[in-house]
Amino acid sequence: MNNPRPYPLYLWGKPFSGSLSLWERVRVRALALGLAALCITGATTQAQTDTRRSGFEFMSPSTQAMQRDDTLNPGMLWVKQGEALWRRASEKNTTSCADCHGEATISMRGVATRHPAFDEGQQRPVNLSQRINLCRQQHQGAEPWRAESQDLLSLESYVAYQSRGLPLAAGSDARLAPFVERGRQHYHQRMGQLDLSCAQCHDQRWGRRLGSSLIPQSHPTAYPVYRLEWQGLGSLQRRLRNCMSGVRAQPYALDSLELVELELYLATQAQGMLIESPGVRP
Amino acid sequence: MALTLIKVPSAARRGEVIEIRTTIGHPMETGYRPGADGKILPRDIIQRFTCHYNDELVFSAELFSAIAANPYIAFHTVATASGTLRFTWEGDHGFRHTQDVAIQVT
Repeated sequence: MNNPRPYPLYLWGKPFSGSLSLWERVRVRALALGLAALCITGATTQAQTDTRRSGFEFMSPSTQAMQRDDTLNPGMLWVKQGEALWRRASEKNTTSCADCHGEATISMRGVATRHPAFDEGQQRPVNLSQRINLCRQQHQGAEPWRAESQDLLSLESYVAYQSRGLPLAAGSDARLAPFVERGRQHYHQRMGQLDLSCAQCHDQRWGRRLGSSLIPQSHPTAYPVYRLEWQGLGSLQRRLRNCMSGVRAQPYALDSLELVELELYLATQAQGMLIESPGVRP
Repeated sequence: MALTLIKVPSAARRGEVIEIRTTIGHPMETGYRPGADGKILPRDIIQRFTCHYNDELVFSAELFSAIAANPYIAFHTVATASGTLRFTWEGDHGFRHTQDVAIQVT
């Protein structure tokens, strides 16, 4: 959404109709000069241009509009629910998230940019929803929520929403290096009856079509997303498992280390891209 | 209690045409889909949506199985007087959700 993208240039509305008047010739020459200047500046900035594209840019204008406007974005229903959960005490004791963390708008700002993050206790990376569940168990004395449950998705989307517009910054921790590397291997691992790796579609063939759908790049900037196909909110892990069953592979289990490693690798690839949560995807 | 997103301009001039947008969190289960056990899931949809402006009905809609989950309904009305807009969604299994939103007309 926030990356520079090449828009088509529409300079003249009407088609060229044979001979040119003097004034038109002047205009054409000015245009040619302008284009030449554009090409020169274009060539010099080419080296720094970011070729990464958020999934947002692969969507139709109507789906983009749905994400842009919070009164149209159904993901905001979960954010609203998450806010209520943030203030509500857990079942076991009287501590709510807000009792320790205060206002999420301040304390949770930027938290989603740093996940998946290394957890000292577990000695492994944990994603945002796992972090929420760890907090529930350790500080609220509550049962962890089931992966992909509506409560967990709601709170995750509320926390992620606080980082909207901030650049992703996960994966810089040196202790994460071996997990990032394994994530990279999963990403390039061919799998399933179709014998495809993530990279074959999302690195090598993005912008082309799979059936009627545009293949986006693989940047986890908008999770949890409201997916029109799901008619509901879902996590990045659900999306990854979705792709795996699409190539007829046995998907990794929800909350498995493999999926977190994959999430972590994707996050490192998207470092610096801006968070859009809650996103809308087709 | 259902969750809703409602957008009404908080202030409007008399006679102005205003846009109202509503979304409600609802599964809109069609009644045609089998569940994990192979049995057809019972239909659970919103059947009717109404908007009363100071107790006068200004907009209503009937909804059916083909409408997706979390239905979004947007419409226009004329700002006539200050007061309340009452939104009501009614559906299967006695579902009923009512919400009031105040509007200031100058």
